Order: sequence, then C-alpha cells, then structure tokens
Amino acid sequence: MSDATLDTIPATKAKPEDGTARPVSFRGGGFAPKPRRWVGLVVFLVLIAIAEWGTRAGWISALTLPKPSDVLQTFQELYASGLLFKHLGPSLSRLAVGAALGVSLGVSVGILIGLFSYIRAGMVPLVAALFPIPKIALLPLFVIWFGIGEGSKYALIAFGTFTPTVVATYGAVDNVDRTLIRMGQSFGLSWFSIVRKIVLPGAMPGILSGLRISLAIAIILLVAAEMLGAEYGIGAYILQAGSLYDLERLFAGVVILSVLGVLVSGAIAIIERRLLGWRT
Amino acid sequence: MDIRLENISHSYDDFEVMRDITLDIPDGRIVCIVGPSGCGKSTLLRFIGGLERPSQGRVVQVGNPPEGCLNPLTYIFQDFALLPWRSVEGNISLVLEDHGIKGARARAIIDDVLARTKLSDFAKALPKQLSGGMKQRVAIARALAVKPAVMLMDEPLSALDSQTRELLMDDLVSLWTRQPFTAVYVTHNLAEAVRLGHRIVVLSRRPGQIREIVELDTPLGEREYGDPELERQQKHLWQLMRDEARAADAELINV
Repeated sequence: MSDATLDTIPATKAKPEDGTARPVSFRGGGFAPKPRRWVGLVVFLVLIAIAEWGTRAGWISALTLPKPSDVLQTFQELYASGLLFKHLGPSLSRLAVGAALGVSLGVSVGILIGLFSYIRAGMVPLVAALFPIPKIALLPLFVIWFGIGEGSKYALIAFGTFTPTVVATYGAVDNVDRTLIRMGQSFGLSWFSIVRKIVLPGAMPGILSGLRISLAIAIILLVAAEMLGAEYGIGAYILQAGSLYDLERLFAGVVILSVLGVLVSGAIAIIERRLLGWRT
Repeated sequence: MDIRLENISHSYDDFEVMRDITLDIPDGRIVCIVGPSGCGKSTLLRFIGGLERPSQGRVVQVGNPPEGCLNPLTYIFQDFALLPWRSVEGNISLVLEDHGIKGARARAIIDDVLARTKLSDFAKALPKQLSGGMKQRVAIARALAVKPAVMLMDEPLSALDSQTRELLMDDLVSLWTRQPFTAVYVTHNLAEAVRLGHRIVVLSRRPGQIREIVELDTPLGEREYGDPELERQQKHLWQLMRDEARAADAELINV
C-alpha cells in the first residue's frame, strides 16, 4: 500500500473566472515509506488485547483460543522451572549450526553459479529441482543418513536454508554493476581481488535480504527437525503440547518461535545498517 | 609511449561497426575522438585498453611505459565507476593494493593525487556524499595514482551539468600543463574536443571510419571559453558531422 494522500481529489470542477488567482492543488507526495517506530508493537498489543478481551468476555471460547494471560502464566512457569533454557539451548544450537552450514554453503555455491557458466548450467536446474521438495518429507531419510541424534537435525535445517540462499546469492551476483567489474579489470586487478573486493560487496544487499528468508525457513524447520528423537527443544515442546491439545503450552512455544523470528530479523537489520551504510 | 592503431575493423556477426581505422596516438598529446552516436567511439577506446578485441587489425604500444607506471592504459569512465562501499581514499587504494602498495607508500600516493585533484578534504567521504563533478575528480585521482602512460577517457564529462563540465575542463587543462599526459578522449561534445584536443579525429557514422583529422596548434593553456578561433574549429567540425549525425539518428538500433 502506498502512502499516497487521498484528500486531493478535486471537488466540483467549477469553471474558474478569468484572472482569478487560485493555489495549485497539491498532488505529489506518498510512495515513500518512512520509519514509524512503535507502530509494530502497537499492532501486537492491540491483537493480544482483543484476544484477552474475547476470551474473558466469552465470545471466543476457551477451546478456540487460550487466554493470553494464561499463556503468559504458562510461560512464567516454564521459566521458573528452568525448563525454558533446557528447551531453548538445544534449539538455538541446532538453529545456529544448521543455518550456518546451509547459509555458508549456499553463499559459496551461489557465487560459483554467478561466476562460472558451466557451474550455472549444471547447478541451476538442480537447485530448481531441490527447492520445491518439502524438506520435512526427507526427515526419515536424514535420520537414516545422519543418525537419530543431532546430525539429522543439522542436516535438515542446513538443507532447508541452502536452496533459498543459493537462489538469492546468484541473483545478487548477477545484479552486480558490470561497469565496476570492467573498471577492476581495466586497472589490472586479479580475478580473486575482483571477486573479493567488487563482486562480493556488490552482492551483499541481495545476499542479506535472502538471509532473512533463509533464517525464517530455518526456524520453521527447527520444529520439523525436532519431531523425531528430540527430548528437549522448542519444537519438541510444541509438538508434545500439540499432541496433548494443551493450547496454553502450545502457544507459549509458538510465542518463543515468533520472538526468535523477530530477533533474527532485527539482527539482520543491524548487520544491514552496518554493512550497507553506503547505499543511497 | 605511443599507441598505434593498425587497420582496425570490427563487426558483430555480419553487422559491420568499424572499418579500417589506422591512427597514431603520440606521447604527451590529447587525441579526441568525436563522431555521431553509434559510430563505435567507445568500442574503439575499449580496443585500445584491451577490454575488447577487434575482429581485424591490432593495437600496438610503441616504446615502453615510463618508470614507476603501474597500469599503462588507464580508463576514466563516463559513469565514474567508483565502488560505492569504499570511501574516496578506499577507492584509490583499491587500485594500489593489487600492486602490493600498502601503508605509508599508499598513503603518500593517495595524498599526492588527492591534492592534485583538490580533494584532500574529502578523503573519508563516501561516493554517495559527493556531487557528480567530485566523483569524476575522484576517478581522475584514482587514474593518476597508477601513473598511467595513456589515459583512456570515455565521455568523462558527459554525465555532468554544463557548469561542472567547464570547471572540470579547466582542471584537466591545468593537470596537463603541469605534467603533460597522453590521452585518448572520446566525446560527442565538440566544445570539449576543441578545448582539450591537440588532435581531433572525426569518425563517420556506422560503419565507423576516419573522416578527417584536425590538428589544433593553440596551446591548451591559452584556449579559453568562447575563443573565436575555437568556435570556428567547432563550427567546422559540426559541418563535418551534421549530416552523419542526422542520418545516424534516423537509424534503427539493432545491436
């Protein structure tokens, strides 16, 4: 949606008399998003307030949605019992290892695709074939390959983050300004220097925006990875609560995932601000 | 070091863009190449610097580049080609790093070229903070840093407004008078050509051929804005180009 002003539609077009001075009506502005702090927080708070009000007043039945205050209480119990960090610890390490593997592999393959015609011709169809596979469906296969322990969980998350990272990275490399590369060549820079000093920084905006998507997918896959053979972990906690129809605990777990998502996105925003300050 | 172009012809598939161009670029002079759009001026410049290969003919260097020259054939591009993520000094150090020049030696070179282009106060600025004219001065400073034997300038002032263009022409003239450099200067702007060129090569429209070579003897330092002799030369050049330019304008672009 644009920020266009809507109040400028001219009223009745009366024929002006000759010689009268009228101000020119304003019809510019808009189409330029500006930062509006706190609006996001207000949206969250309003939605939660509506849920709380509805469940208390009874027009939302307790079976449809748990009371936000009950979810908060469950969360507090979880925290007080020390179980929160017992669940969070393994989850975060799975997320970190899996995403780091997938993203670093994805960026490397993406750059190779962007730079070499043969690798592009060979890999792009392969990536297109791998991308739509629901990675969750491959979990049993990963368990056979990498064992029921942490290996299969790392592999699932890595595989899930790999494909979107590859696609984002080679797109970003394709978009690097060719005149800058020609400039590098004309000054006799080595191939490796051109890649490191021109291609890589030039592709960074695209790689980072791809990272946002990849990491969100990593959080989604975390729950899937913990479906099999995980005693502790946010995903395991949610699935356990889900199978018992314990909605309060289910929602407490979901909230943790959401917060994780917001934190990851915030972290990327900070990285963007630091690395991409040169953008106009 | 001189550059010689020998019988250069070029075509894309069976589409002829250039025919039999032979040209000498003598040391210490500025050779301007003018011509209607699409006549292959910029392509010719890319041949000279080795960024592209002609289908026939060759470009030869006569003699050796001077002592201390890091990159004999150095371009200055129309769109500046500065790395937006590097500061002014970072952009200059970029072209020194690959020659192993770092630290104090790089510092000395950077300070020198920034002083020569009057940019000393802007060493830490990012390209996005600079005006078009300053960006092009950074690009000139970067080119000077590698001590080129020949500067290859591809419409260096065409992206700038006319006032900035005048100022930069003055800067180029004073750079040249202090220390004469060899340059091939491609432009479509005849005023720039008569102001900066010792020799002006007029190309015809596609397929580009040399129509005429005009020699200007007035020393660069004495050529001024609105000089009647220059005006006369400019008019003469325009006479040569006018019909070509009109015909070139009416052609379909199919490259």
